[in-house]
Amino acid sequence: MKLSLTVNGTPHELEVSADALLVEVIREHLGLTGTHVGCDTSQCGACTVHLDGRAVKSCTVLAGQAEGAEVVTIEGIGSGDELHPMQAAFREHHALQCGFCTPGMIMAAIDLVERSDGLDRRTVREGLEGNLCRCTGYHNIVDAVLAAAPVMTGGADHG
Amino acid sequence: MAEAVAGSGIGASVRRKEDLRFITGRGRYTDDISMPGQVHAVFLRSPHARARIVSIDTAEAAAVPGVLAVLTGRDMAADGLGDLPCGWLVKQSDGSDMVAAPHPPLAHGVVNYVGEPYGLVVAEDLATAWRAAELVVAEFEERPAVVDPALAMESEAIHEGVARNLAYEWVLGDQSATETALAGAAHVTRLDLVNNRLIPNAMEPRAALGVHDPGTGEHVLYTTSQNPHLERLVLSAFVGVAPEHKLRVVAPDVGGGFGSKIPVYAEETAVLWAARRVGRPVKWKAERSESFLADAHGRDHVTHAELGLDEHGRFVALEVHTTANLGAYLSLFGSSVPTYLYGTLMAGQYKTPNIFVKVHGVYTNTAPVDAYRGAGRPEATYVVERIVEAAARELGRDPADLRRQNLIRPEDFPYETPVALVYDTGNYEASLDKALALIDYGGFPERKAEAARRGKRRGIGFACYIEACGLAPSKLAIQLGAGVGLYESGEIRVNPTGNVTVFTGSHSHGQGHETTFAQVVAERFGIGIDDVEVVHGDTGRVEFGLGTYGSRSLAVGGSALVRAADKVVEKGRRIAAHMLEADLADVEFADGRFTVRDSNQSLSFGEVAFAAYVPANYPEDLEPGLSEKAFYDPENFTFPAGTHIAEVEVDEETGVVELVDFVAVDDFGKVINPMIVHGQIHGGVAQGVGQALHERGLYDEYGQLQTGSYMDYCIPRADDLPDFRVDTTVTPCTHNPLGVKGCGEAGAIGAPAAVMNAVTDALGVADLPMPATAEKVWRALRG
Repeated sequence: MKLSLTVNGTPHELEVSADALLVEVIREHLGLTGTHVGCDTSQCGACTVHLDGRAVKSCTVLAGQAEGAEVVTIEGIGSGDELHPMQAAFREHHALQCGFCTPGMIMAAIDLVERSDGLDRRTVREGLEGNLCRCTGYHNIVDAVLAAAPVMTGGADHG
Repeated sequence: MAEAVAGSGIGASVRRKEDLRFITGRGRYTDDISMPGQVHAVFLRSPHARARIVSIDTAEAAAVPGVLAVLTGRDMAADGLGDLPCGWLVKQSDGSDMVAAPHPPLAHGVVNYVGEPYGLVVAEDLATAWRAAELVVAEFEERPAVVDPALAMESEAIHEGVARNLAYEWVLGDQSATETALAGAAHVTRLDLVNNRLIPNAMEPRAALGVHDPGTGEHVLYTTSQNPHLERLVLSAFVGVAPEHKLRVVAPDVGGGFGSKIPVYAEETAVLWAARRVGRPVKWKAERSESFLADAHGRDHVTHAELGLDEHGRFVALEVHTTANLGAYLSLFGSSVPTYLYGTLMAGQYKTPNIFVKVHGVYTNTAPVDAYRGAGRPEATYVVERIVEAAARELGRDPADLRRQNLIRPEDFPYETPVALVYDTGNYEASLDKALALIDYGGFPERKAEAARRGKRRGIGFACYIEACGLAPSKLAIQLGAGVGLYESGEIRVNPTGNVTVFTGSHSHGQGHETTFAQVVAERFGIGIDDVEVVHGDTGRVEFGLGTYGSRSLAVGGSALVRAADKVVEKGRRIAAHMLEADLADVEFADGRFTVRDSNQSLSFGEVAFAAYVPANYPEDLEPGLSEKAFYDPENFTFPAGTHIAEVEVDEETGVVELVDFVAVDDFGKVINPMIVHGQIHGGVAQGVGQALHERGLYDEYGQLQTGSYMDYCIPRADDLPDFRVDTTVTPCTHNPLGVKGCGEAGAIGAPAAVMNAVTDALGVADLPMPATAEKVWRALRG
């Protein structure tokens, strides 16, 4: 079937199979391998991307459901050489080790900040419980998200 | 976070060089690599725990358009490929060798665990491969499965020639002295413990891409390995897929390992072989359910322990009997984990004079068991620290005080334990005191009372752990049965422009070596950290190496780099002496400059590097170039140690256990990058808490895995864990040039005992099997 969608600002017209998943389109058709697949039960969140501005697990979205949609992946959140504040905070706070869950974690964290007011350590932990990390124990991820939040929302720079 | 050191040298929390690619989606993991003409593999896996393969009909699958091959274990054996070896030959108590059952990469004749691969389908695309795999008709004749390790020795033999399913009976220590001391003890504490089976679950599933070039005969294997050179050695020397000089193994970015990516597995063996058979690159990536079924699992011990104390509370003897489940086959280092990495740690931090350990390593119809973060040392710590806690409770002693009374003291080092180790240095009381202060031990009764007013039972638990890292020296390890040496290689190539490329046989799969190793080398040469590039994970670029496990990388791999750097400096001095027309003895190197003593004559590191490659003014007796390498073989293990303290609250209504505080004070010797070390602790503690409260790999009586997905096997999520409070004490390792000990596993070693001591303290019970799930705790609360 034909699929039209915009990924990281670039429109694409693709021929995909009817049962293709959004993550397959992203990784295999478009070669954007920053989005990872870590499980087969939509539990781990490594494949999290933004679909029309909301975080979704792209292993659980049929490509057809993204018809006409705006998709943003980890490759699309910075501008040029400039990191997104969440990316910068992850590095600054050592919120990643092996890096495999990181793109999905960053995409989920950006969405969490964008739809929340007044995050604290508890609400960050609850907001990210759909994204598994086996390396960090989450402590530094919480630090990073709380540091990025005011930068993203135009507050004080804690980055 | 403490940041004592500014800049980028040793001791500074330098932000990681590798992060930029990971946070921008430019990491390059095995599944991100694709080759022109690549095809896809799907494995055929046993649905039974134990069965004879009666027949495999591949005709219908092979006829599916797009299918290139359907290959089975028989095809692989017919091509002459050998078995997967166990890399550590354990000697039994009677002096005989352990009994290693044959472990063909792809099963033929029989299958011995659910998920064991017996064939593969190779097709143009993954969907076709899966469809065709469904059409393979295999007929099995089921046999009764042996699942429970405690019953394995009384069950029907799984493998021909392996009586009682016993791979080995292994002993360590003086049995008669220990039993005599126990008989004479004023008090004996007895404890039966189960160390639950864990499934490692690195977030990146295993993957492999095999490539064969018929023109050159070269094979390339991209795979998720912690030790690519070892992988190449096993695949060439034992399995015989390809000769070593025609095989390049690349472990690119690897998304976590925790031990599960040490073993050489069937799947990477098969894709490399299949690539040659079908004449196309073959890729496989595990689905998570395959990871649960067929990654090497961890732990799985059943133990009885007895601790004797004299009338003053001094430990006089410890006797430990353990049955260790090794799974259906001996995985690469599976035999060494419950023996040399377990029994040797039974002294813990204490001066227990008599220790005896007996281990039965048994086969069962479950996935092979191998190293998982800590590998033997968490199991040992669990025994020692649970039984010490139990003794304190039985005797009405303060658990911190009883531990303190029995600690090995700073003046006792070097300390030879009754179980074959010589601890070089430590100060266990210092870490205990710091941890007690951090947790505010004196304030615990008040916190407990306050929790009680909220309907919560609060408990506190300790673990004073020790671990042995950087397994060494090679000579001793080989005497004890290791199939490989345990040194590490390092090479430093100084480029003509003065920047440096570092090659290490260690492998980073999250540990941050590209940063810490660069810090070590940059400081030695007085150059910027951005002028140092660390290369690892490619047998085509790095000469040799043994990889990363057992918290060995910095202590062994880092030390190799120090030795190589020393050689670079030495050669640089000779070049500089010639250029400056000075005596060699007068040329010193410091802060990036070669200087003639008591003069203003000097050359920068970069000037000497350039002269080495453009030798216009150069010593006649010296080869051009500035590139040196070293193999470093440690003279002993390193012995990180520390105190972890957990506080939990148990909800009396629901049985839910909340970990409310966790303090870790660890002595890792000198610390190169505190930020990275703290991160390692956080992650290790999270996995240890997972073992204590959430995780259990569970097979039913038929050998079917009941915990085969993240819906059933709970790895900790962000809201399952508290913030961690970590700190360090420092006694530098006495025998490596960096004074470092290793930090990768400590969290997973200390946390399970600390958390379970806290849970049992809260509940007022002697033991509760891990994980302390709400259901189990709720039942315990109701007697």
